[in-house]
Amino acid sequence: MNEAMTVVVNGEERQVDGSSTALGLLQHLGLDPRTVVVEVNREIVRRPALGNTQLHDGDQIELVHFVGGG
Amino acid sequence: MVHTVATPAETNLIIGGHEFRSRLMVGTGKYADNATMVEAIRASGAEVVTVAVRRVDLDRTKDEGILYHLDPKQFFLLANTAGCYNAEDAIRYARLAREAGFSDFIKLEVIGDEETLLPDVDGLLEASRTLVSEGFKVLAYTNDDLITALRLEDAGCAAVMPLASPIGSGLGLINPYNIRIIKRRLSVPVVVDAGVGTASDACLTMEQGVDGILMNTALAAAENPVAMGHAMKRAVEAGRLAFLAGRMPKREIAAPSSPTTGMLG
Repeated sequence: MNEAMTVVVNGEERQVDGSSTALGLLQHLGLDPRTVVVEVNREIVRRPALGNTQLHDGDQIELVHFVGGG
Repeated sequence: MVHTVATPAETNLIIGGHEFRSRLMVGTGKYADNATMVEAIRASGAEVVTVAVRRVDLDRTKDEGILYHLDPKQFFLLANTAGCYNAEDAIRYARLAREAGFSDFIKLEVIGDEETLLPDVDGLLEASRTLVSEGFKVLAYTNDDLITALRLEDAGCAAVMPLASPIGSGLGLINPYNIRIIKRRLSVPVVVDAGVGTASDACLTMEQGVDGILMNTALAAAENPVAMGHAMKRAVEAGRLAFLAGRMPKREIAAPSSPTTGMLG
């Protein structure tokens, strides 16, 4: 079992598994990769790369999607 | 001489190489509920709908997102950079929006003032140039100043979107002269964005010759958004037809419509 690590997701600290990937984080949170866009440390993670993108302790992660707006 | 009326009015709106069947674009914000939003948008006949880019609410991941209610196959989703007050933020949001995978189109907003939501022109031009260089089709929300509009066109924007009046104000078309000048001088499509409040505003705006209108609050904050959607669809069509018909000249003294000869003795 991998050590837990701390990442910041949408401004809040979360503990995740040390081997987490961006895709794993989405799955853990119950989010659909087809409707959510992921940014790690200010860089967009392209959808095909989500499963290969390892998260690291202290990563700043933004998960965004479309909402109603003018 | 017989003038045909149908064909010019049916000409579709072309922006950034994409053909749209409606000149009315609508926003998806401020609705009381999703069912009303969808019905009002359908009533309006709009094809382009704008959306904003925001953090996922991680406490409400089971909520259905906007894509559940508005089928991307039926509507053209146009993401905006609402809430961005500088070029760097707007560029960041635009890149995130494009990554969602629907199109390269972005409705660019770089706001300069919280009270009026008027654009920050320097930031807007800077963001436009950067995004155009990255292949985005930029539709730029701007003020009704001709020079700014020309600069946005020079920067490569696919469309320029001058406001009728401030966002959400419902004040209608405050300066038709500026909008007319902008439409006359620009080569790219001009779509008036912001400030339209009711059907007559939309009709008057289209009569200036612009290519389309984007509205949100006019529908969402109407007492009956669905009814207003129907009204706006007709208003945009009427305004466009009237413009193409070429209005009669205005004059300050009367000219009778019935013959002045043949009166009874």
